[in-house]
Amino acid sequence: MSLQLDAESAAILSPGIDLRISRILGRYFVYGCLVVLAAIFLAPLISMLFTSLKSMDEIRSGNILSFPKALTFEAWQHVWGSACIGVTCGGLKGYFGNSFLIVVPATLISVGFGALNGFVFANWRFRGDHILFGLILFGCFIPLQIVLIPMAGLLGVLHLAGTIPGLVLVHVVYGICFTTMFFRNYFVTIPAEIFKAARIDGAGFWAVFVRILLPISWPIVMVSIIWQFTGVWNDFLFGVSFAAGSSQPVTVALNNLVNTSTGTKAYNEDMAAAMIAALPTIIIYVAAGRYFLRGLMAGAVKG
Amino acid sequence: MKMANLAINHINKSFGNLTVLKDIDIAIEDGEFLVLVGPSGCGKSTLLSIIAGLDDHTSGSITIDGKSVQGLEPKERDIAMVFQSYALYPAMTVEQNIGFSLEMSKMPKPERLERVGKVADLLQIRHLLKRRPGQLSGGQRQRVAMGRALVREPKIFLFDEPLSNLDAKLRVEMRTEIKKLHQRLGATIVYVTHDQIEAMTMATRIAVMKDGILQQFGTPEDIYDRPANVFVATFMGSPPMNLLPAVIVDGSQGLSIQGADAMLPVPFSAVTRAPQGKKVLLGIRPEWLSLASTSTYQPTLDLYVEVVEPTGPDIFVALRLGEREIMGRLPTGSRTRVGEKARFAVDLSKAVLFDAETGIAI
Amino acid sequence: MSLSKRLGKIMPAIVLSPSLAVVTLCVYGFMAYTALLSFTDSKMFARFDFVGWRQYGRLFESPRWIIAIENMAIFGTLYIVCATCLGLFIAILIDQRIRFEGVFRAVFLYPMALSFVVTGVIWQWLLNPGLGLEHMMRELGWTSFTFQWLIEPNRAIYTIVIAGVWQVTGFVMALFLAGLRGVDTEILRAARIDGAPIHKVYTRIIIPALRPAFLTVFVIEAHLAIKSYDLVVALTKGGPGVSTELPSTFMYSMTFTRNELAVGAASATVMLVTLASIIIPYLYSELRHEPTT
Repeated sequence: MSLQLDAESAAILSPGIDLRISRILGRYFVYGCLVVLAAIFLAPLISMLFTSLKSMDEIRSGNILSFPKALTFEAWQHVWGSACIGVTCGGLKGYFGNSFLIVVPATLISVGFGALNGFVFANWRFRGDHILFGLILFGCFIPLQIVLIPMAGLLGVLHLAGTIPGLVLVHVVYGICFTTMFFRNYFVTIPAEIFKAARIDGAGFWAVFVRILLPISWPIVMVSIIWQFTGVWNDFLFGVSFAAGSSQPVTVALNNLVNTSTGTKAYNEDMAAAMIAALPTIIIYVAAGRYFLRGLMAGAVKG
Repeated sequence: MKMANLAINHINKSFGNLTVLKDIDIAIEDGEFLVLVGPSGCGKSTLLSIIAGLDDHTSGSITIDGKSVQGLEPKERDIAMVFQSYALYPAMTVEQNIGFSLEMSKMPKPERLERVGKVADLLQIRHLLKRRPGQLSGGQRQRVAMGRALVREPKIFLFDEPLSNLDAKLRVEMRTEIKKLHQRLGATIVYVTHDQIEAMTMATRIAVMKDGILQQFGTPEDIYDRPANVFVATFMGSPPMNLLPAVIVDGSQGLSIQGADAMLPVPFSAVTRAPQGKKVLLGIRPEWLSLASTSTYQPTLDLYVEVVEPTGPDIFVALRLGEREIMGRLPTGSRTRVGEKARFAVDLSKAVLFDAETGIAI
Repeated sequence: MSLSKRLGKIMPAIVLSPSLAVVTLCVYGFMAYTALLSFTDSKMFARFDFVGWRQYGRLFESPRWIIAIENMAIFGTLYIVCATCLGLFIAILIDQRIRFEGVFRAVFLYPMALSFVVTGVIWQWLLNPGLGLEHMMRELGWTSFTFQWLIEPNRAIYTIVIAGVWQVTGFVMALFLAGLRGVDTEILRAARIDGAPIHKVYTRIIIPALRPAFLTVFVIEAHLAIKSYDLVVALTKGGPGVSTELPSTFMYSMTFTRNELAVGAASATVMLVTLASIIIPYLYSELRHEPTT
């Protein structure tokens, strides 16, 4: 009892020391937790990379995180150029190209429309403008299953079923909701007086857009491009629903490669294929993570 | 420079049941400096936007130079505007900012650059022409915004609280500068502010507004010395005009100050217009009080000195008369001490009487 | 009025109309179409013979759909709870003015840049019973370690939770971190001066102040959970058997492989209504607070 009292009074008499100890312990705790968690979060990527560089024999003898003893790019070469996916054996490279053919136009078109729509929503007041914007916003969040059946029908009517232009169209349609939201929310932060000044100076719609807005919009253009690029590149549902055979994007090909292979699983090839499919978005993440995060946040928190 | 008269004819504006502007009727001559002044939300900026063509109105008309500008786009009205936030185009250089309106009207480049250069010289910002707004100080941005207006050589300049984003010292400097510019160019200017000092110092005409209604329109002297109602009396002038509730007595000759045992004669200007027993407010500006000399012929009040605030050129004194507090403004060097009772002379030749019920000047 | 002036006045409408037309057709028109289809007896092709609520009856009598819903409940709950807690914990750690904050943030967030298919493939490898985690733990000396959730029908759904949480936690962390950085530091200083211990500061001041962030996090997680499709397909193919079936995989197989268009449409409609009941109030509250410009 008296001992406890002593300890208490000591703590009261020298709060500085007590605080410092707990602070140092606290620091160790914080860094310890962070390092352990970071290792756990990094492990899958490391394992994917290491495994893709091993032979199957080494995979059997080693473990998921062991460093490859004999580096080999065989798995990469095989899945890139000659692995059998479906009925053809040309590897992922064609599908990888498909993804680019889909992503580039889909991104540019949806960002272009989004910028114009955002400009209109931010600067023109008309009856029901808020409701209209709300309807577009809701379009960002629908479960895409609800549009699969009629969209398949529409693509058929347009003779775009199973084609790359068909997929571009689909991605543009559902991408516009997001890009419109991004640009609108960016443009409303620009002081309204600038637009009034432009009107007094005699600048019309396009002059304001091209001369005044676009030059200061590059941050949101970056965010939108990165958002659309990663979103479309990583898409699987539209690809698997609307693409056929040789027009499939790389995500669908990856899934086919991994989940339809017969016989023993070649994990090194699975991992190499996954790396190839993930590489473009990982590169974007490393090069422009700031904009990637801003896009995620803007997509989550409007206004 | 071609300048024009401006007439604002019975302008009304409302959103549904909400009336923003009610029957505003103002006309000014060429080269006048009209200040629209009032508290925030009084409709002064809306009125400016309507003149500019940025905002619609419900009824009434605007004429510039005798011609109605109904349905004309802002660019077709021959006006230029300077905004509170300056509204410079962030991605353009100063030169491009100033020349943008000329570019939009497809003026050839050499002519455009010459006009921009002239304006830049006038405003002494030629050395800034290649910079962007982000690289300028507040005062420099203000000049660029004015340059953008000047370069158009419009009939009317519109200013929307252009100085309110500047610090106090710069604000006074720019005030003088705008006034100089006005005198030099003989320009017609409509200037919106909530700052009554700006209004008094710059205007040739002041329109005081409140709740969408024009309270008084007149020269600064009119507004200051002969306010049309209690609102104008207290809004214009700092410290504001003292208002003492009083009742007319002695066959319309005397004023009995309410809440204090004091009498004053009715100001001469109001003698015939205030019947016996009428409740009024006696308006006295702080500087219309002075320490009474023994030989004064003016009526006097014995006031108790509560607070003395020397400001440099003047001394503000908070005085007490019974239940009433009165502000006085005395020249520096006046001998007053806190806690003493002193005799003050009241310049009733200037004092104003207001109807206590309606607040309107008698 | 001149032609160019009139054109200038309606330019915003001209610019907006293609997108509005497309969104009206492809979002709202298609929603209506799918909903309509769910009241027909369409099999392989759409035909409009209306049968009332019959497909919904069939849907909720289908054991496979019941499994899908149960899985959704398990997956959704665990996914939301785990990702929220872990994300908040990491956000609080990162908010302690640590060094290399940028590096840590980047490490936690990178899975969000990956495709769900890639995530599924990676975790299929990591959790495979033969050479994956189990193999490594045994090699490290824990010879009795068994981890076969991927092939156990009762456990396979948890592997999807693991992979899903791994992918989304960084995003949740970023949302919470933004919330934490928005807490008024003066209030915290005042609380410390008042003598509140640090854990009290968190439980009484900071976490209550994160309410908007919690709401956003919940909506995003619920949204991702209900839409989850790619991850399941790539990780378990809905199996073993139909043990990891989710509404999204059910809808897909009914529509595209089982020739039960109307049932597929009914399941999609149920998904839409569920999601809408979460999203619409959220969007409404977000938009309402927005100042009109």
